[in-house]
Amino acid sequence: MKRFIGFVLKEFRHILRDRRTMLILFGLPVAQLIIFGYVVTNELRDISVAVVDLSRDEATAAITDKVFSSGYFILDAWYPATVDVEALFRQGDIKQVIVFGEDFAGRLQRGETADVQLLADASDANTANLVVNYTSGIIYSYLESRGAQGSMPTALVPLSHMEFNPSLMGVFMFVPGTMALILMLVSAMMTSISIAREKELGTMETLLASPLKPLQIILGKVAPYVALSIINAITIILLGYFVFGVPVKGSVVLLLAECTLFIMLALSLGIFISTISTSQQMAMFISMFALMLPTLLLSGFIFPIENMPAILQWLSYVMPPRWFIVVIKNIMIKGTGFAYVWKETLVMAGMMTLFIVLSLKNFKIRLA
Amino acid sequence: MKTAVRVWELEKRYGSTLALDGLDFSIGSGELFGFIGPDGAGKTSLFRILTTLLLPDRGGAAVLGMDVVRDLREVRKVIGYMPGRFSLYQDLSVKENLSFFATVFGTTVAENYELVRDIYGQIEPYRDRLAGKLSGGMKQKLALSCALIHRPGILILDEPTTGVDAVSRREFWDMLQRLRDEGLTILVSTPYMDEASRCDRVALMQSGRILGMDSPAAIAASFPKPLYKLRAGDMYRLYGALREFPATASVYRFGQDLHLTAGQGMIPDQDLLPYLQAQGLDDVVVAPCTPGIEDCFMELLSENQNQHDARR
Repeated sequence: MKRFIGFVLKEFRHILRDRRTMLILFGLPVAQLIIFGYVVTNELRDISVAVVDLSRDEATAAITDKVFSSGYFILDAWYPATVDVEALFRQGDIKQVIVFGEDFAGRLQRGETADVQLLADASDANTANLVVNYTSGIIYSYLESRGAQGSMPTALVPLSHMEFNPSLMGVFMFVPGTMALILMLVSAMMTSISIAREKELGTMETLLASPLKPLQIILGKVAPYVALSIINAITIILLGYFVFGVPVKGSVVLLLAECTLFIMLALSLGIFISTISTSQQMAMFISMFALMLPTLLLSGFIFPIENMPAILQWLSYVMPPRWFIVVIKNIMIKGTGFAYVWKETLVMAGMMTLFIVLSLKNFKIRLA
Repeated sequence: MKTAVRVWELEKRYGSTLALDGLDFSIGSGELFGFIGPDGAGKTSLFRILTTLLLPDRGGAAVLGMDVVRDLREVRKVIGYMPGRFSLYQDLSVKENLSFFATVFGTTVAENYELVRDIYGQIEPYRDRLAGKLSGGMKQKLALSCALIHRPGILILDEPTTGVDAVSRREFWDMLQRLRDEGLTILVSTPYMDEASRCDRVALMQSGRILGMDSPAAIAASFPKPLYKLRAGDMYRLYGALREFPATASVYRFGQDLHLTAGQGMIPDQDLLPYLQAQGLDDVVVAPCTPGIEDCFMELLSENQNQHDARR
């Protein structure tokens, strides 16, 4: 036991003394969360819109008002007569043009069809879609408020409610995703690099020729990262809660327990990577390609799994973060208990066991 | 005398290369034993097998009576090993390195301070300096301290003096001889033949084989042919002329001189000097020379090479 503590102490010294490691450990999570929270977002804010109002009456004025008081759009230009819409788009700033047909209020009054046309710059397809949806939503709600007249152009108005995240805040998605990414990166990449470093610098030779058992070496390497990763997970949850208002609706204890499980899974993966790589560089590349990119692309963090081709969907099943993100979303945002995440928990526990067994089998008690 | 290390029919291959070619020897308890040979002779492979880090392909070895394959755990408890590459933690301080290795072996620095006082005492003033910032000589002293701190039953040092300055090398060997005097068995490998004289016994290695094994004095005494040292103004032409001389067995550079071994019955004044004068070399100084270990090694190498060629 004394040996083990001595080893862990040594490991902490390595980490605390290396500025780059410290930066990755503590700078990265904060930076990443803030980037994802503030910058990389799919919410609409301050989109430039032009209005072409051919009828200039009280109805079009009210709709225009409503659109631009929503906060999603700013009025870039207002035209009382037809303009070359394409030319407007080519200038680049304007993402949408709203065109009101002639005699808009009058037609509404008479129960005829009033014309409103939404034109969007679809060079960015996602934004165009969102912009049009938001705008038509606002127009519908205006019509609804006038609804008493019984002259609704559409008889059926779907009533939508966004459960769990009513204002559709992107950060609700990014906090679980970032947590998965950071924990994966810190736990797996850092351990695999630190074990590979001992091999590369030749210190593994001294360690092997000592009475330390392989399990002691591995656990000693991993223990500090367990502690640091848990601190990281807590930091991310706190940042999400206080800075971005992401709630923790479910049990905090369960949340931390699941985080710990995922950390151990990532660590066991890191150990496995280190057993198959001979240099720090190799360990880093494997970690990058095997962990970083799949975590970003295949875990459902950025792209919905349901939209992927079948092969990639299958591939996403073996991505540990995929399961973790589901668990985290369930606990944090939906507030569900263990009964709803036991399957994912089981998958993660299984993966962890697999990697530990593989690592122990692969760990060489000799040099070659 | 008790046996500390026994090696039998030991073979190690890397692919098609034979790194160790059937070694058989034993080393007595309390010996300071040197393995001398050029890079690639198989010294490191041998040491790694003795320290349980490599598996032999054939034959075996026992250290302090324990088999290096079967009794892996026990062997690792009693050996003090210093690998050829500096393999301490460069980002830990001198003190931290020493206490880490003490802890790994289940002891403390305080408990065994006596053992390393001589050596560690010299670097103790720098105990808070990072190991990576030490000079080559100090690094080796620290590594030796770390290998000694758990009171090993045998010390195995792979090229401890490679890349170390001459003064530090001498100090290092002084330390090893003091440790030997206290009864510790020490195995050292080195590419420097001048270090052979510091050992009780040496083995000359090349291409995975031991060419000769004895005390340095006995090896030097066994030199079979007359040896001369020669010097001239134009060493290059002298070398060329000697290579052509019919009685020459071998000729090689040795420091400032050329060393010449010649067949029995060659009389320098009668045979050699007139020949050299005829070649235009009239300032040659010739003197008989007592063979050193290096001469023996060169001789053994060339014999070995001849046999090798003959077998082909």
